[in-house]
Amino acid sequence: MTATAPAAPTRSLRHAARQLWSLIAIPAVAILLSLVVGSVIILVSELIIPDHAFDWTLPITAYKALLEGSIGSPQAIVNTLVATTPLILGGLSVALGFKAGLFNIGAQGQFLMGALGAVIVGVMVATWPPIVAIPIAVAAGILFGAAWGFIPGILKAVSGAHEVVTTIMLNYIAVAIIAALVSGPLKVPGSPSPITFDVGNAAFPIVLGKNGHIGIFIALFCVFLVWFVLYRTTWGFQVRAVGANPDAARYAGMRPRVVTTLTMTAAGALAGLAGVCVLLGVTHSMTSAFGTTVGFDSISVALLARSDPFAIVPAALLFGGMRAGAGLMQIQAQIPAELVDVLQATILLFLIMSPVLRRVFRLRSAQSALGAGGETTITKSYGGETVVR
Amino acid sequence: MDPIISTLYGIPLVGLAFQLVGYLIATIPPASPIIMAAATPLVLGALCGVIGERSGVVNIGIEGIMLASAFTGWIVGVVLAPMFPDAASTPVFGITIPLLFAVLAALGVALLISLLHAWLSISLRADQIISGTIINIAAFGVTAYLNTLIAKQSPQSAGAFTAFNPPDWLTGLPVVGWLFDMFLHQGPISMSVIVLVVGLQIWLFRSRWGLRTRAVGEHPKAAETVGIDVIRLRYRNVLISGLFAGLAGAYLSMEATNSFQDGMTAGRGFIALAAMIVGRWTPIGAFGAALLFATFTALGQSINFAPPAGQLGDIMTSVPAQFWDALPYIVTIIVLAGVVGRSIPPAADGQPYERESAT
Repeated sequence: MTATAPAAPTRSLRHAARQLWSLIAIPAVAILLSLVVGSVIILVSELIIPDHAFDWTLPITAYKALLEGSIGSPQAIVNTLVATTPLILGGLSVALGFKAGLFNIGAQGQFLMGALGAVIVGVMVATWPPIVAIPIAVAAGILFGAAWGFIPGILKAVSGAHEVVTTIMLNYIAVAIIAALVSGPLKVPGSPSPITFDVGNAAFPIVLGKNGHIGIFIALFCVFLVWFVLYRTTWGFQVRAVGANPDAARYAGMRPRVVTTLTMTAAGALAGLAGVCVLLGVTHSMTSAFGTTVGFDSISVALLARSDPFAIVPAALLFGGMRAGAGLMQIQAQIPAELVDVLQATILLFLIMSPVLRRVFRLRSAQSALGAGGETTITKSYGGETVVR
Repeated sequence: MDPIISTLYGIPLVGLAFQLVGYLIATIPPASPIIMAAATPLVLGALCGVIGERSGVVNIGIEGIMLASAFTGWIVGVVLAPMFPDAASTPVFGITIPLLFAVLAALGVALLISLLHAWLSISLRADQIISGTIINIAAFGVTAYLNTLIAKQSPQSAGAFTAFNPPDWLTGLPVVGWLFDMFLHQGPISMSVIVLVVGLQIWLFRSRWGLRTRAVGEHPKAAETVGIDVIRLRYRNVLISGLFAGLAGAYLSMEATNSFQDGMTAGRGFIALAAMIVGRWTPIGAFGAALLFATFTALGQSINFAPPAGQLGDIMTSVPAQFWDALPYIVTIIVLAGVVGRSIPPAADGQPYERESAT
């Protein structure tokens, strides 16, 4: 389906280059076009800013700051890696769902629950030796995330309730649970604002620069793990078979209901691990405002990477770099950090328009980037009739 | 208190159920206008879903359309309000010229986004769920981006529509008075919901357009062979459906409140989808489901605001307030899981239509 390996043996370097281009042409053009759209938006929004002399070069200033903030210095690169870590794991979570024909739009809630599990248990084991405390806190976070993925999985398998609706609801429920716990049982007594205790020894060790924690290596290991499971194990084959055609998979003796439930659970575990990495690696405690854009960013990462586990790494680096550089852009060019969301959406928009891009730019591409064609269509099983059996 | 009631309330455990019933009877009729108000964006969003999916186009971008329309309406009001400093507002509903144009702008933006969705999912035959996701991400990003820029200038909104006050003799009628209160003690958008629901129900099941829409959603190829232009009908329906989501957005920033906050839709677009599924893809059914969800929203607020006295109230207040806030989301999942197996979507829902070459 989306194997990156070229089908025919490559004879020459030029051929290999052409193969590579056919894979990255569409994403590359989409990214460039979105930067163009972004500069138009910046120029137009200059008109709204009062007492502001119109500056034609502001988009360049903004993009330069974005680049500088993401790869301009060793520390900036570490910041990018820190921002990339949860996006790799979240991207894997969404991509794993796509492979089984599921749309895990609830990575955000699983991310929050994972972080919650890590902070609850991390605070309990805060004085234990790190070698014991860290694995326990990580395991707790993974379990919480997995539970939050299991619920929509079992609901889909048993009743056919579409995961798009149930996982979005679970996102809001996760926010409510965190707000209740952080301002209630988990709150530091006497603290003026709702905040939990520090996770102490359960915090990830810093190995790169000021804040580069070990999470990035965990994330890269998971990339390999997900690839291995998907393409080298029977279970992975079942996931892809159910995603491609649940009925055929059932006739072949597989159990789509079980596969659906387990895949959603595994996806929840991955997104939960993303939350663990942010909590144990970056914040070390939780406030009621703990919440990020990781959930939706993860969807963008998985779509940009066409659900390919290895392609998720560059896709996550791209969006992670944008998130890391957005702060500097806001300071140097007075451009709100939300521009990154706009850029992300336009990248996806151009990707989904890939048939048009191919026609306009005369690109030849191995397969369509999104939707029709090689990728599993996820707009199915919306109601009862198409319940997975 | 009535001695019989206090005896009932006093029974161990079972008494709690009586207390709950008593609390619901005491709370829900007076809160009925609030319930209808909370249901309005859900119903309008669900109608958007019904029209689209009955013709075979899934739209999970309802949330994004609502958000974009809410923002557009609000910002157009902000810009226009200083231009009409002494604009008279109508005595009923408080309609002003800026507000009127603001609603039109909200609808216009909804139409544009729907056109994009229609083009992506009908012409390009892209995955409709991904198209909807892009709409959601883009709407959230663009509105938050512009809102941050504009917030520095402390904008003054154009206000909001006001609710109509039905006469007391009508709402004071025994038994049915609260129903009049529910449907008439509303602003213009909320009040028009019941008309839109009934109109759409008749239109969908009793008109030529409705028959064609359902045919295209069930079996587009068969519809095409009897001369229905599937592509054009789907385009038209997706555009019309977008207007409903746009009206929901206008309601949020110009009737329910007079301001805009980032992400103010708070998942209503998705609860609307659940209402559509629970209501079996019919306008009336979706209306009923939306009312159910809105009742739990109002109940959650009411329990936090004024819990009942006695044993039941003690239990309710011992649960964190956030649980009652999350009640509508929890109920949505439960109802969806319980009902969905028996709710059958249009057969061609979400499937792009490829016309066989005619020549």
